[in-house]
Amino acid sequence: MKLRADREHQQIADSQLLRDDSKFASGKIAFFQYLMVGIFLFLITGFWDLQVRNPEVYQERAMRNSIKSIPVLAPRGKILDRDGRVIVDNHSSFSLFLSRENLKMEHLKPIAEGLNLDYDSLVARVRRFQSRGAPTYQPIPIKEELTPAELSFVESHKDADTFPELEVIHVQHRLYPRSGFAAHVVGYVGEVSEAELDTPEFARFHQGDVIGKEGLEREYNDILTGTDGQRRVEVDSFGNERRVLSDDKEAIPGKPLQTTLDLDLQAVAELAMENRRGAVVALDPRTGEVLAMVSRPAFDPNLFAGRIRSKDWKELVDNPDHPLMNRAIQAQQAPGSTFKPIMALAALETGAIDDNFHVNCPGGATFYGRFFKCHAKHGGVDLHRGIVQSCDTFFYNVGNRMDIDDIAHYAEMVGYGHKTGVDLPHEAEGVVPSRRWKIRNFREKWYPGENISVSVGQGATTVTPIQMAAAIGGIAIGGMWFQPHLTKDTDTVHLMPARRGEVNLENIQKVISGMYGVVNEGGTGGRARIPGIDVCGKTGSAQLVSNDAIKAGFKLTDNMKDNAWFVGFAPRQAPEIVVAALFENGVHGQFAAPIVRDVLKAYFDKKARLSQAAPQIASLPPLFHPPAAPTTAVSAPVRDNP
Amino acid sequence: MPAYRSLRDLDWLMLALVAAICALGVLQIFSATYDTHYADAWWKQLIWIAAGFIAMWIATLVDYHTLLGQVPVLYVLSVVTLGATFVLGMTAFGSRRWIGTATYHIQVSEFVKIVLVLLVARYMTELKSEQLQLSDLLKLAGLIGLPMIMVMLQPDLGTALTFIPILLVGVFLAGFRWQYAVAILVIVAVVAPASYYLVLKDYQRARLISFIDPSQDPKGSGYQVIQSKIAVGSGALWGRGVTKGTQTQGRFLPVPHKDFIFSAFAEEHGFVGVIVALGMYFVLLMQIVENAQTAPDRAGTYLCMGIAAVMLFHVLVNVGMVVGRMPVTGIPLPLMSSGGSNIVAVFLMLGLANNVRLRRFVN
Repeated sequence: MKLRADREHQQIADSQLLRDDSKFASGKIAFFQYLMVGIFLFLITGFWDLQVRNPEVYQERAMRNSIKSIPVLAPRGKILDRDGRVIVDNHSSFSLFLSRENLKMEHLKPIAEGLNLDYDSLVARVRRFQSRGAPTYQPIPIKEELTPAELSFVESHKDADTFPELEVIHVQHRLYPRSGFAAHVVGYVGEVSEAELDTPEFARFHQGDVIGKEGLEREYNDILTGTDGQRRVEVDSFGNERRVLSDDKEAIPGKPLQTTLDLDLQAVAELAMENRRGAVVALDPRTGEVLAMVSRPAFDPNLFAGRIRSKDWKELVDNPDHPLMNRAIQAQQAPGSTFKPIMALAALETGAIDDNFHVNCPGGATFYGRFFKCHAKHGGVDLHRGIVQSCDTFFYNVGNRMDIDDIAHYAEMVGYGHKTGVDLPHEAEGVVPSRRWKIRNFREKWYPGENISVSVGQGATTVTPIQMAAAIGGIAIGGMWFQPHLTKDTDTVHLMPARRGEVNLENIQKVISGMYGVVNEGGTGGRARIPGIDVCGKTGSAQLVSNDAIKAGFKLTDNMKDNAWFVGFAPRQAPEIVVAALFENGVHGQFAAPIVRDVLKAYFDKKARLSQAAPQIASLPPLFHPPAAPTTAVSAPVRDNP
Repeated sequence: MPAYRSLRDLDWLMLALVAAICALGVLQIFSATYDTHYADAWWKQLIWIAAGFIAMWIATLVDYHTLLGQVPVLYVLSVVTLGATFVLGMTAFGSRRWIGTATYHIQVSEFVKIVLVLLVARYMTELKSEQLQLSDLLKLAGLIGLPMIMVMLQPDLGTALTFIPILLVGVFLAGFRWQYAVAILVIVAVVAPASYYLVLKDYQRARLISFIDPSQDPKGSGYQVIQSKIAVGSGALWGRGVTKGTQTQGRFLPVPHKDFIFSAFAEEHGFVGVIVALGMYFVLLMQIVENAQTAPDRAGTYLCMGIAAVMLFHVLVNVGMVVGRMPVTGIPLPLMSSGGSNIVAVFLMLGLANNVRLRRFVN
């Protein structure tokens, strides 16, 4: 082997004799060495450029490549009743966002197609976010309550090469009681609108934020809204999370809001108003706490929980019954005969009548050449009977003896003509007619003949159900009016001090005695009677169409029938609760009385139950029906919020 | 001639550098793959390196003159095997470069390189004249051109291009009339644009375009260059640490354990690491060149210089690609990139360089 190798070696060596000149190319080899030096310097300068001269640029780009900011949406605080029971809860769902850090406009078309979104509105939405100059880490919400099919579309398209901007976020969605339970009180949330962002109330929010739009949700945005956090994760080129970075910003959940509402009373009131139009307000007159507030027809706040569909919105807005209106604080209706206790008080206080004042009721009376009808022939009527039988003739005469500005003074004293200040947005203030009011609104002077209608709660006078409950409640406790409010946490609501009216308690006793008679002495409000409880109250049947028009042959349709009112409180000696009910087109106040009775009865039944046994929570009908949660069959890499 | 040569005569510096570079490579392969399904690449690489050292040992022991004597056989064998890859070869990534099964396969063209280095050395030493004649040049170009075209057709442009420095360095050392050089330059200037349209495949054209302007094609080859530059740049002076580079770990870098291993290395070890690694490559190449200078005969010089040229070309093109100064050609970085054929081939070449060194004091 060795020999053979040597031989071959020898052959080559012999043929070429090259051994002696191995230095033949030393100059060229030196050149090669310089070339090597040159090449290595060339390579090193490449690294120098990238790594030493401006590494920040590339570090920044590496970060943009791999770091994704994912918002952690803070859940809103729950809304609780006075006993801490949940009225408004949250449920988990998946929302789709577009991350703006790596958003490409040309991706919008296929994304819109993949998720059945309207391309034009998607583009408009993205542009709006960009023009608003919101921080770039703030992603654009584009779809809520993702279905499993949509989730899997996102899953299969969110890699770095396809649509890295797709981001599924686990959110806490608002869950409201069903069938519009307490819908008007709690209100609803929705995405902040362009117009709202320009108002000071919502200036601190950003595009895409979900805010309280109505009711308590709006009034207490500051409490209920949490502070969104941010999670920063490192992703690979397929968009999968590799690790969570430590510089997270924790989301601070919104604080729960404890209301003064009593779910038990609310449920009874809701039930009593089933299939009716109108409102019920129950207050504790000693504090102004709202125990129940119902407005019907209602709407389903869950429709609003994300972005309401325009079809649903149109239906709500176009509905002639105005289901979005909170009648409890916004329905301004003539109080009808429920105004009579206030008239009586005003007359006694001003001395327009005394205890001996009597009127004969032949079924009406003529003032200033015009006949005013009473609903019955009452014969001889004094103040007590006037209230109990709700005799119009009696109060026509009372009104005729009074000055309109005195009537207005006492109406305003009990709270009419002003907002009660309840902690809900858009409260209406009603109307208390007076000379000044007439001049200001009609540039006309007041005619004494107008007193006649006002004295029975017709004419220009309008009140809201909450005003009525507050007004009568204040009289019931002896002439003190507390600001109605819905939050238990009195630090957060600036309550006005109670107004104390300068009224004679004896006069108040006379009025209350009349209201006791209404319910318990064969008066108009007998249907509000509860054995064992001293209920006082007053009916009201407010005309929507004048008697003249009816005489002229005006045909009454259903929605022009008289509104039925009833306002009642109990117990007579130390009132704890006052309830006002407006039953629109209910024809007569006696039909509103059972509504008030149901609520009062529920209140006292509960009180008896609680004092008898250890406190127990009444079982409630199931109020919540969580929407079908996305099935877990889809493996979405969505993590729970902290 | 003594049968036994002292171990002292081995190029121990070279061996130390090879071991060090291989170690960096294994570490980087580990870091780039530890949580992927290539996670076993680092110990496979260790096995290849062990095999490489054995191959190197053998290549050191057999006298290179014996190998030079076998060049015609080796050449024919190379061409036949390359031909066989067309028939028997397995296709991967759209080209047919490997022979064997899916688990065990070799890339023939890597070993053809060695044969061509030997061929050039043999051819040049057998020249009768002082300068290379045009006819000699054409003959040699033909001999190299045949396997080169075969490799190009696989298609594997990168490896085919590595044959060129073998020819160039041989011709340069042998001496050549400058008029020929000018003539060839002119021909290349004419042929190159034509071949751009006629010879190059679409993906090769795309690579050239993206080399000139990476932003033209941010998702293809341009994407690779951009991501590589981001990786290198974000490594900055000291690097981001082993397994800490987001570009490498987040799979933004293409094949971070193979062609773009130096990019991953630069991200995780920074400019300082780059200087150390390139410094070792530089000294290693200088050692090979020194072996060429101290070679006992012309054949040894040609052999060492051919090896130095191929390795220099690999380093230039691969590392240049990583910093965006060379087009993406897909040729591995010797000793670091994961891959058996290349590792064994490089070790064989280094063994040959040692072979020449061991015999420098003969007679």
